[in-house]
Amino acid sequence: MGNLEILLQAPIFSVQLLIDGLLVGSIFALAAYGMALLWGVMNIINISQGDYVILGGYVTLTLYNAGIHPLFGVPVAALVLFIVGWAIYRAVIFRVVDRDLFISILATFGISILLQQLMDQIFGADIQSAESGLGQIFLFDSQVTVSQIKLVAFAVVVVVGVALVLFFKKSRMGQAIRATAQNARAARLMGINTDRVYAMTFALNAALCGAAGALVVMTWVIQPFIGLAYTIRSFMIVVVAGLGNIAAVVAAALGLGAAEQFAAFLLGAEFQIGFVFGLLVVILLVRNMFLKRQRQVLK
Amino acid sequence: MFQYLKPVFAALSAATLAVSLAGAAQAKVDGDTIILGAALSFTGKYKTNGKHTKNGYELAVKKVNEMGGIKVGGKSYKLKVIYYDDESTPARGAQLVERLIKQDGVQFMLGPYSSGLTKAMAPVTEKYKIPMVEGNGASRSLFNKGYKYLFAVLSTSEQYLAEAINLAAQEALAAGKDPAELKLALAMENDPFSQDIRAGVLDDAQTHSMNVVIDDKLPKELNDMTVTLTKIRALKPDILVVSGHSKGAATAVRQMMEQKVDVPMFAITHCEAADVVGKFGPGAEYTLCATQWAETMTYKDEYFGSASDYAKLFEKEYGYVPPYQAAESTASVLVWVDALQRANSFDTGKLRDALSATEMQTFYGNIKFDETGKNIAKPMVLRQIQGGQYKVVAPTKWASDKLIHPRPKWSER
Repeated sequence: MGNLEILLQAPIFSVQLLIDGLLVGSIFALAAYGMALLWGVMNIINISQGDYVILGGYVTLTLYNAGIHPLFGVPVAALVLFIVGWAIYRAVIFRVVDRDLFISILATFGISILLQQLMDQIFGADIQSAESGLGQIFLFDSQVTVSQIKLVAFAVVVVVGVALVLFFKKSRMGQAIRATAQNARAARLMGINTDRVYAMTFALNAALCGAAGALVVMTWVIQPFIGLAYTIRSFMIVVVAGLGNIAAVVAAALGLGAAEQFAAFLLGAEFQIGFVFGLLVVILLVRNMFLKRQRQVLK
Repeated sequence: MFQYLKPVFAALSAATLAVSLAGAAQAKVDGDTIILGAALSFTGKYKTNGKHTKNGYELAVKKVNEMGGIKVGGKSYKLKVIYYDDESTPARGAQLVERLIKQDGVQFMLGPYSSGLTKAMAPVTEKYKIPMVEGNGASRSLFNKGYKYLFAVLSTSEQYLAEAINLAAQEALAAGKDPAELKLALAMENDPFSQDIRAGVLDDAQTHSMNVVIDDKLPKELNDMTVTLTKIRALKPDILVVSGHSKGAATAVRQMMEQKVDVPMFAITHCEAADVVGKFGPGAEYTLCATQWAETMTYKDEYFGSASDYAKLFEKEYGYVPPYQAAESTASVLVWVDALQRANSFDTGKLRDALSATEMQTFYGNIKFDETGKNIAKPMVLRQIQGGQYKVVAPTKWASDKLIHPRPKWSER
């Protein structure tokens, strides 16, 4: 455990890991929240989630290549992806909304393949990234570096999160979405156009992914076939956090982000993903135990 | 209504069968044309390199045909390549090679792009005893299976970055230091290619008894190296070696620059493919890049002249500077040309023997296969990015420029 010794002797490096973990987690939180929304409202597990993220990255990259600062990519990618999401709902998703979960997994898997190949055709298979031109903040005698773009990403996530909470609490559409999530049939009887609610939800999810993608292309690199990593990460966060609670999703995303960094430092980078999956199993087991206990009381 | 269609289906399938049988009858040599076959990645994640590979093959075919073709048995033949798109998936590649052999009657195979695809195709060519000359499958696992019909013109992957270790040792000795005191950090993607590179680096590190302080295996879906870089800041190694295809190269160069991580020597693969100079400009300076080939090398052959002549011709033809993936593909065709002429026959058995006896110089480098089919006559090259240019700095015998060592600290740039 030589790596543990480093952390004990120079605790400053844990500060670095913690900060990085939290900031990385915040980017995942956006896509994860979209997934929770879709799952909760429409009972769809969206396999193509990560591909919307990457597509958002490419929208931003296109702006960047046209000489526009990539930060503008955040709203633009969200808008473009909102439209794409709406179109995909009208073309495919509305046919599978009320069907078996397995059908929707297949359908979104198909969309994922299609999107990957289209992005490959249009943007090429090479690794790309956009430079935000923002620098680094150096703390503690340059021992800790925080990239400003990650801080911006964190701020974007906070703003979007607050906006979403307000949207669901205050606006008619937000209320309609919540009503549909609770009981679609009852909502329809109350005069809510659930088809429109579904379209809105799907488009909103795509928009969230698009914004996340804009942040991803400025922080890391993108490539047409790299989306699955984001789908899996979102899925895990949602499984841990449960559906429909934005605070829980954000907390789970930040927690997993930080846990991942420490695991990678202590165990080696090869165990980074493995550790997160292991953690997922443990969390599921623990949750299951608690649920069982409640059921016993009900008997 | 399907019952009415039955006869139609029957007729259609009979027709297809007839066509495919007719196809099989078409031989490896069609009139005065020798047909070679290749399954390449025109779509999917390898399509950029698939294109380089095809351009490399096509340029060779064009040049050889222009210069009068190949003489076999006193008759002149032209070359032609049949291509299929393997969609960057190994299973599809294996199918297509079978199709090239069984339906198109191809008996002279050229390799696909990437070790993974080559690994999927080699068992098929082996089964049908069809020789395959390839220039884009470097994994050493291709050469420990006892394949008899596989020949690779490129240096295998365990040689990719081993030269960097020797270079560091040389520098240490020159500075009056013991190479055994050097601390080595490795960050290698967890895939067969990069792990081969890692094995090669570790072998060389052991001969100098260097101390490996970091040995991270980066996940395949890698896009963040911050943790490894944090470790580097804590342990201050003398050499950092990173391999993870273009993704690894771009991520490493970018994050080293952003987080201002100082390491005296920093060596990676895939600089050109990731275009680290174009993307990160000054941030990529002083990086050491492994390459199979560079146009400043002094190798020569009768078809293309020198390496730089080849580079000029390629750029004129396709509008971009040839990456080594294209050069080694061209060299694969030249090896076939040489073997066909020496064997003076189309018999695949004789051709296999002729291939294994190959000993030639091409613009790409010397080529001589050992009994496993890998080229043992050509070293890997290390180039350092200096002033936005790739300058050959190792092996010292071929070096055009001097290594700048150690890398200047970020605070002093």
